[in-house]
Amino acid sequence: MTLRLVLMLSAGLLMLPAQASAMHISEGILPAWWAIFWFALAAPFVAWGVKRMTACKAADPAYLPLVGIFGAAVFVFSCFPIPVPVAGCTSHPAGTGLSAILLGGPASVVVAFVSLLLQALFLAHGGLTTLGGNTFSMGVLGSFGGLAAFRLGRMMRTNLFWAGFMAGLASDLLTYLGTSLELALALHGNQSIWLVLGQIYLAFMPTQVPLAILEGVVIGSILVYVEKHRPDILRKMKVIKESGA
Amino acid sequence: MRRVMVLLFIALSLPVFSAVAEEQQPKWPGVDEAVVEKYARELGREARDPYINTDQGDLLLFLFALSGTVGGFIMGYCWHKVFVVGKLSRNSEE
Repeated sequence: MTLRLVLMLSAGLLMLPAQASAMHISEGILPAWWAIFWFALAAPFVAWGVKRMTACKAADPAYLPLVGIFGAAVFVFSCFPIPVPVAGCTSHPAGTGLSAILLGGPASVVVAFVSLLLQALFLAHGGLTTLGGNTFSMGVLGSFGGLAAFRLGRMMRTNLFWAGFMAGLASDLLTYLGTSLELALALHGNQSIWLVLGQIYLAFMPTQVPLAILEGVVIGSILVYVEKHRPDILRKMKVIKESGA
Repeated sequence: MRRVMVLLFIALSLPVFSAVAEEQQPKWPGVDEAVVEKYARELGREARDPYINTDQGDLLLFLFALSGTVGGFIMGYCWHKVFVVGKLSRNSEE
């Protein structure tokens, strides 16, 4: 009952419209060569994801509604500015940890790419020239980092909630690490890359740590909900073993 | 009476002070403004306007409301399909 209430409140909050300002690197910040480099790095992951999604859809038509739920969730999560009182700023979660667990890592990259493209085109959020960089940080690092943390959690025999929590935490913090790395590599000038990377990443922390914890709680709660109501989905996506362990 | 007057004065002046403070520094900036664009500017790079600039008046608010509604509808529709209809059909199969 409490879980349902938390989920309903979270869903209600997600529906609130507001102007987003967040981790996406804005239009024009990355120099042309770096923009091309990140596009080239992200493109194979997007292609792999499209191939995996087509295969999963052909194997099981029930995969599509899952893409609908978690694809829309990533879109809404990643343009939903949450005020963080300790930092006095707003920022947003990534959501790709959740989609990576329930749709698979490659499909989660596609979902992130489509979300970022729509936001760049219509919501003045992120940018078309920085789409490759943003896809790499939120899509690739967020998805695969979150998935790795989830699997690590399961290997450590934590329950589904805590493994989901670890995935949320990792996907959020790795997304922002990716953003910091992209900025540091492109703009460090005469300064040390590591120094610039550290400065930018540390500047993200007061806003991002509370949000990463929140994202972890949301992902953990959703996984527990899915396990309770549709454990077959978790078994199908190999999130839990056939025995339910 | 004097105490009431002082309290009343403070209460009435607060909105004025907060308005001045708001002009000096916008409240609740996004982390892109506070971190990404700030560091980019310090390192010699400025953000430019988006190619399709929807940040004009209430247009952006409209688009955010629209995308929230559409995203919410898709999520809710698919959620119903998976966790309500799907659960019922799964239970009847069992």
